[in-house]
Amino acid sequence: MFKKILIANRGEIALRIIRTCKEMGIQTVAIYSTADRDSLHVRFADEAVCIGPPPSAESYLNIPRIMAAVEITNADAIHPGYGFLAENAKFAEVCREYGIKFIGPTPEQIRSMGDKMTAKETMIAAGVPCIPGSEALLQDTREALLMAAEVGYPIILKATAGGGGKGMRIVWKEEELEGQWETARREAKAAFGNDGIYMEKFIEEPRHIEIQVAGDQFGKACHLSERDCSIQRRHQKLVEESPSPFMTPELREKMGEAAVKACTAIGYEGVGTVEFLVDKHRNFYFMEMNTRIQVEHTVTEEVIDFDLIKEQIKIAAGVPISGKNYFPELHAIECRINAEDPFNDFRPCPGHITSFHSPKGHGVRVDTHAFAGYTIPQYYDSMIAKLIVRARTRDEAIRKMERALDEFIVEGVKTTIPFHQRLMRNEDFRAGNFHTGFLNTWDFRNATL
Amino acid sequence: MDFNQIQELIRLVTKNKLSTFYLQEGDFKIIIRNQATHLPEGTPPPVLYAPAPPAAQPPTPTPPPASAPSAPPPDVQPAVQPVKPEVSNLITIKSPMVGTFYRSASPDKPPYVKIGDDVEVGDTVCIIEAMKLFNEIESEVKGQIVKVLVEDSSPVEYDQPLFLVEPA
Repeated sequence: MFKKILIANRGEIALRIIRTCKEMGIQTVAIYSTADRDSLHVRFADEAVCIGPPPSAESYLNIPRIMAAVEITNADAIHPGYGFLAENAKFAEVCREYGIKFIGPTPEQIRSMGDKMTAKETMIAAGVPCIPGSEALLQDTREALLMAAEVGYPIILKATAGGGGKGMRIVWKEEELEGQWETARREAKAAFGNDGIYMEKFIEEPRHIEIQVAGDQFGKACHLSERDCSIQRRHQKLVEESPSPFMTPELREKMGEAAVKACTAIGYEGVGTVEFLVDKHRNFYFMEMNTRIQVEHTVTEEVIDFDLIKEQIKIAAGVPISGKNYFPELHAIECRINAEDPFNDFRPCPGHITSFHSPKGHGVRVDTHAFAGYTIPQYYDSMIAKLIVRARTRDEAIRKMERALDEFIVEGVKTTIPFHQRLMRNEDFRAGNFHTGFLNTWDFRNATL
Repeated sequence: MDFNQIQELIRLVTKNKLSTFYLQEGDFKIIIRNQATHLPEGTPPPVLYAPAPPAAQPPTPTPPPASAPSAPPPDVQPAVQPVKPEVSNLITIKSPMVGTFYRSASPDKPPYVKIGDDVEVGDTVCIIEAMKLFNEIESEVKGQIVKVLVEDSSPVEYDQPLFLVEPA
């Protein structure tokens, strides 16, 4: 087992990792930029090293600085958290070269799932259902037009190097295709340095349902059931829950099996998530695989009573998994609380938190690095807390979330709490009647509390 | 001499801007040095306390002399070394990177700088090593090295103070 882990991240996830390390008796090293000097992860770690000024490129994304910190502290493993360098194959490679264990998959696995086109090819070969579309990058508009006719409109053009909801264009009619094709290529080149485009059938009113998976160093893989992350704004998840209100035991079995197949196809090591789109007929299609721990891993932890970070560390240390699958025993919902003004187009509001009272009580979990007196720096993302509730039924979980949100006091900065309060009271949400386009049609500002 | 009398003495020494006051009475000795007369305007004078006189000593109402005492014994040492107040014009050279700090190019070579040395902008002051790469750290100020804040071969982080320099 590792003696000392350096956490190459910040904020709530760094704290999360430190907590599990402490429970496992592993020493922790925090790294931080000068903007995070007073951050909780710095205070709770056994050691802390300041690695640079606030901009991420000179701190949390800076591989040489991070490796220098590993060197002077003699850490034997690095946990990359999520975001930043978590899915950076180059970073995983550097760690391997230096003999430091990167807690996550191999650089090759990261690469194969990081490139959307390659991932799709791998999945098709493994027998995982994929969205009908091109099986390779499109060469020109002629090919695009032929393919679109075959697949049927509407179609979506996607950048192979894209991700996180970026680099996508929907085409509803044949007349629009050529123009959208040109725009998509230009945008992809500018955003990702790679203008490779592929095409998929655009699934209307899809639900985003993902399966948590885990694979060990010996080729075994398992799944820990689903999370429904359909409530999204501009492709950013706001609410996640498990089990999905749309799930059936048969669908779960099929999707779980497909997700495990995805892992064994590449010999996946670590914990990860296979994301699917599910249409109204309960057909499911592979979308992408996230080769890291995710923000919403907490939802699975609450319904299965499992420490996913601990599992990651054990897998990285060479402990085999049992291979058994896990099924939700309770119902959990997570609301991401961001320092954004929901009444002003969710504009980010970094600043000084003057009061902070997080909800507590039976079935309430808050993962946060914020506290009264904390100043949210403007250099990083706006998420300040994850509020997770769990209960025996979905109705009880929603009731609990309402209670918890009403108790959550944050002063000094605006937060998205008012948005979540109204969402929990929405008829369609309560009925489990929603898909990824939900927030395009519902403006929470019209709702009353 | 009791505590109140000593306080009174200190007050009078300061008020009259005396630089040194010395009093000896039997086994009891008190020296008060006031650096205020030598320091820039506005710096508060440090106040010194000598050990309290033995309790048996009867209070002697000896008035303090209005001027410096005649011929203080040459072997008198101040009870406490006066503390030079913080001079805030010193510049700190901070580490621009994470790594291991070395004072010289190699163990057999002399340190790049030591206390008292003058440095120009661009002069190498130390090496910081990370991942087998040795980086020469250059001074961004011209002045004199006043203090070395880190020990040779110790780890340093970003922004960690390395040297104090009195600017020229």
